[in-house]
Amino acid sequence: MKQLQHSLSRWMEGGGPQSETVISSRVRAARNIKDYPFSCLASEEQSKAVLDKINTGTRGKEEFEGFRYLTMQDISELEKQCLVEKHLISPFLARESHSGALFLRQDEAVSIMINEEDHLRIQCILPGLRLEEAWKEAGCYDDILEGELEYVFDERYGYLTACPTNVGTGLRASVMLHLPALITTGQINRFLGALSQVGLTVRGLYGEGTEIVGNLVQVSNQVTLGHSEEEIISNLGSVVGQVIEQEQQARQAILDKKRDELTDKAWRALGLLKYSQLMSSQEAIVLLSDLRLGYDLGLIKEVNHKLLNELLVLIRSGCLQLLAGRTLDSQERSLERPVQIKQTLERFSKKHN
Amino acid sequence: MLCQECHKNDANIHIIKSIDGKQTEEFLCEQCARKREELDFSCEPQFSLHKLFASMLNQGLLESRQAMLAAKNQCPECGLSFAQFSQVGRLGCSSCYEAFEDSLKPLLRRIHASSTHTGKIPVRTQKRAKYKRELDQLKEDLQLKIEKEEFEEAAVLRDKIKAMEKDLARGIQQQEKKHNHNQKKEPEEGDQN
Repeated sequence: MKQLQHSLSRWMEGGGPQSETVISSRVRAARNIKDYPFSCLASEEQSKAVLDKINTGTRGKEEFEGFRYLTMQDISELEKQCLVEKHLISPFLARESHSGALFLRQDEAVSIMINEEDHLRIQCILPGLRLEEAWKEAGCYDDILEGELEYVFDERYGYLTACPTNVGTGLRASVMLHLPALITTGQINRFLGALSQVGLTVRGLYGEGTEIVGNLVQVSNQVTLGHSEEEIISNLGSVVGQVIEQEQQARQAILDKKRDELTDKAWRALGLLKYSQLMSSQEAIVLLSDLRLGYDLGLIKEVNHKLLNELLVLIRSGCLQLLAGRTLDSQERSLERPVQIKQTLERFSKKHN
Repeated sequence: MLCQECHKNDANIHIIKSIDGKQTEEFLCEQCARKREELDFSCEPQFSLHKLFASMLNQGLLESRQAMLAAKNQCPECGLSFAQFSQVGRLGCSSCYEAFEDSLKPLLRRIHASSTHTGKIPVRTQKRAKYKRELDQLKEDLQLKIEKEEFEEAAVLRDKIKAMEKDLARGIQQQEKKHNHNQKKEPEEGDQN
């Protein structure tokens, strides 16, 4: 089986509806099993029992054939970090879980986290704007697991979760957006307030508490109780639809005025990515955004979404060190980053010429 | 009367033996009676009053613990206090929702659209609700049969009810789930969209 740092997650393949602005759609459901305290209060033994219970439930099921099973105990810190960077697990599972484990589907679209903040976090992440499909996939595994395990469910409060912000559907749907035009023109600020009023939140690339870099934002639902899964998803989908429309208009406006500058910016970005000798991840993310915008506006054809997504992940510290095959300090990472970027770009152009 | 054995202490134990129809009587003091191996005092600890007391005490302790937990606003199941929850933001177990209901309700209303779930329901819960309804119906039927003095039919119903209650306690039998988990879940009635 391919190593984590070399395998492409399904969302990284690119494509899908609205892929010029939407990088990926993610849906996850939080579930807890009856008769066990929630993870934060569970003893080591209880967490282990939860893990055993889930393992017994999935054993021999054909739906789980071809899933990779990884325990947080058995994989290295760098591998965990790489999984976080690919958005396949949460930072909580990587750092804080007891007996934490992961079921990962072969295409890396579906990941099932065990002993996260909740006993189960069933997630599906797909490229483009495909929330319904992502929920359908995640919901399917939810059904299978529910057939084997008894969830804690309350008729009034729905699925009970460790954090009351997840109670009800236990559903968090989010969309990763690339909004260079709205962000550089400052128009995004108009949206931020409005989004929270309709029960949505905006966060940076790596979730809660992360700032917006590389013009990438995550929009997700805040409300989980009182709306059905379908309502949550269609609400998010329709708001995101409006944001996309505004972004497209803003892009067109910039393109009409500054086509040459945008073209130059995209090519410069490619040049820097190809020939730099020292590069921080921050710089790389910004350059990748310029390059992506240039590609989406048809100003540069030397790249594609798959390549851009792959680069977006490999420049991160965990994946980068795994690719290098050793741990690196900050300075060494800045040296290694351009090496890996260059190799990836060269592989791509060889394949496409 | 003095003990027939030591002739010193008061005889406070009266032993009557009946062997092969022949009855003998003895009046002994406690010490001498204990010395007789035929008198087995070893049953004493089994009948132990202090055990009984202890269990009553424990019961009392348990009740007072629960009362104490409730007074401190702690979950009776996992012991988490509301103050702890306020700090960590995470609940300890599913019972916390009930234990802290009064405090959680306004919080939930603030975070969410409402305080009632309108989304997906686990198939297992749907099945259980249906099962319970069926069971209630059978119990009603049983009552009717008894009133009509149709005891033979009542006995059949009684056995069926017993079996179903057992199943329910076991979390509804295995064979149901085998063919159920592949079925699609239907949205809750009254669910919009």
